[in-house]
Amino acid sequence: MPTMTETKATQPVDNNSSLSGRVFDTLNVVVLVGMALITVLPLLYVLAGSFAGEAEISSRPFFLWPEKFVTESYAYIFATDTFVRALLTTVVVTAVGTVVQLLLTFTMAYPLAKRYLPGRALVLNLVIFTMVFSGGMIPTYLVVRDLGLLDSYWALILPLAINPFYLIIVKSFFQELPQALEEAARIDGCNEMGVFFKIVLPLSKPVIATFSLFYAVAIWNDYMSPLLYISDPDKWTLQVLVRQLTSTDAATALSQMDRTWVPPEQGLKFAVVVIATLPILFFYPFLQKHFAKGVLIGSVKE
Amino acid sequence: MATDLAPPPPKAATETKKRKAGKVPLRAALRRYRWLYLMLVPGVAYFVLFKYLPMYGVTIAFQDFLPFLGYSGSPWVGFKHFEDLFSGPDFGRLMFNTLFLALLHVVIVFPAPIIVALMLNELRVSLVKRSVQSLIYIPHFLSWTIVASLTYLLFAADFGVISGWIRDVLGDTARVDYMAQEEWFRPLIILQQLWKQTGWGTIIYLAALAGVDPNLYEAARMDGAGRFRQLWHVTLPAIRPTVVVMAILASGNLLDSGFEQIWLMTTSLNRSVADVFDTYVYYAGITQGAISYSTAVGLFKGVAGVILIFGSNWLAKRLGQRGLF
Repeated sequence: MPTMTETKATQPVDNNSSLSGRVFDTLNVVVLVGMALITVLPLLYVLAGSFAGEAEISSRPFFLWPEKFVTESYAYIFATDTFVRALLTTVVVTAVGTVVQLLLTFTMAYPLAKRYLPGRALVLNLVIFTMVFSGGMIPTYLVVRDLGLLDSYWALILPLAINPFYLIIVKSFFQELPQALEEAARIDGCNEMGVFFKIVLPLSKPVIATFSLFYAVAIWNDYMSPLLYISDPDKWTLQVLVRQLTSTDAATALSQMDRTWVPPEQGLKFAVVVIATLPILFFYPFLQKHFAKGVLIGSVKE
Repeated sequence: MATDLAPPPPKAATETKKRKAGKVPLRAALRRYRWLYLMLVPGVAYFVLFKYLPMYGVTIAFQDFLPFLGYSGSPWVGFKHFEDLFSGPDFGRLMFNTLFLALLHVVIVFPAPIIVALMLNELRVSLVKRSVQSLIYIPHFLSWTIVASLTYLLFAADFGVISGWIRDVLGDTARVDYMAQEEWFRPLIILQQLWKQTGWGTIIYLAALAGVDPNLYEAARMDGAGRFRQLWHVTLPAIRPTVVVMAILASGNLLDSGFEQIWLMTTSLNRSVADVFDTYVYYAGITQGAISYSTAVGLFKGVAGVILIFGSNWLAKRLGQRGLF
């Protein structure tokens, strides 16, 4: 598992900082800073473009600040039913989906963390096997279809309800929790369900925070599930809409389907991409922080 | 470790339980741990429904599946669909495209985070290091849809920034739609993978680098090793086990081209280079309704993946490395 560590790596140190060493250091910084710029500049450009006028986008090659600051792209997309509906759909599906995923993952991880539970090894192996082999796209599609989930929002949630990797990490985290508290609760007459909800979950807040963010990002970003399971345009998610607006093929298909469809001005494409990216960037600092805290706890001994 | 109060069954219980059927109290265990088993139920139901039912569903790869006859009623045809796949006109192209992308991935995308991690490890100013890290992790969290859209906005024929630059540099006035060009498909795919995953990929190597014993560097310095010799003799051996594990994991995904990315970058004009097993399953199964045939294609890919991951694990062990399992 990748772990986000604030690495204080032990570095090779040069005693006599030679000329070649200094040249290397300089080059190293230049290349890495260049990499960081290549990472963020496209994002900043799209942000700037979403606030620029149509003429500016097509005439200026690259800019990080629009000459004339306009919000008409946003005004337009927020005035369309399609966009507002897709945004609402995505927010609701992400919120409900994350709760379902957390509940299923954490309730399953808890018994699996109890080494003495008969049958635990069997279940664990069955879980691990799904990480190596899967039935594939079509058999899964058939199951979803037979369950009557096609064109249902649940199709965007249930097939992805438990990520086996996350399940294993949460399980390891539970194994490392001090047992004394749980025992005390049991002596007080709590059953396992009570111990789980009253003792274990409150102790797991950082891990819950981490995995709610990870699950939320996964659902928010999911494109394959709506592609496979949703055919009703009224149920499109934001990712599907972004795709429809920024692909020539899709735009053509859309205009053939709906004669009233007017190909969007470029500014709209920028604005839609920004809206679909913004929540992720907004939560990113928390993602980074909690990932370090939450996941590393799983491997720290009492 | 504190002793467990509530659950003190003998250690041997789990293993020997089933053999002494009846004697060992399975029912007692069920009663004793009823809450724990109850908590397992929703999760197990999920795995049965959405993981193991589809695995049972691969049997239709050996049938001519007809929805109204179902899994048990459809006629069995043995390996017909596999023969169709291997002898069909698409197989060579699919295999070539998939393996070509895999090769590019192994040669370019896989080593990139290792190199960047080593470079980050040489940085002395921790503020620079932290800032660079924070920025290059970002794209990992963006969807492939966003990455594809960014590519479109940057490379679009009429207003794209980068296509404009390329025009200027080449002195070419023709407006090229890079997203639709066959020869640009693979470079764009690799660029996207590098942009999205390189930064995030460094994390695991940085963690390994953080675990290197400083005394080793000290000792190497005593022996007169300069910076590059320290890198060669201390740093690289330290991250080798991590590289091996990542390589084994990656080998299982060799035939996985990444459905979403490829699908989003495929246009009607670049299908000849873009079609890989992942997207072919979608076109054949969902678009054209060849349910059994596309399941066979998916199964071929899945089985090949399992063989590859176990094979490379075996190989790693033969070569004296730790391996994954």
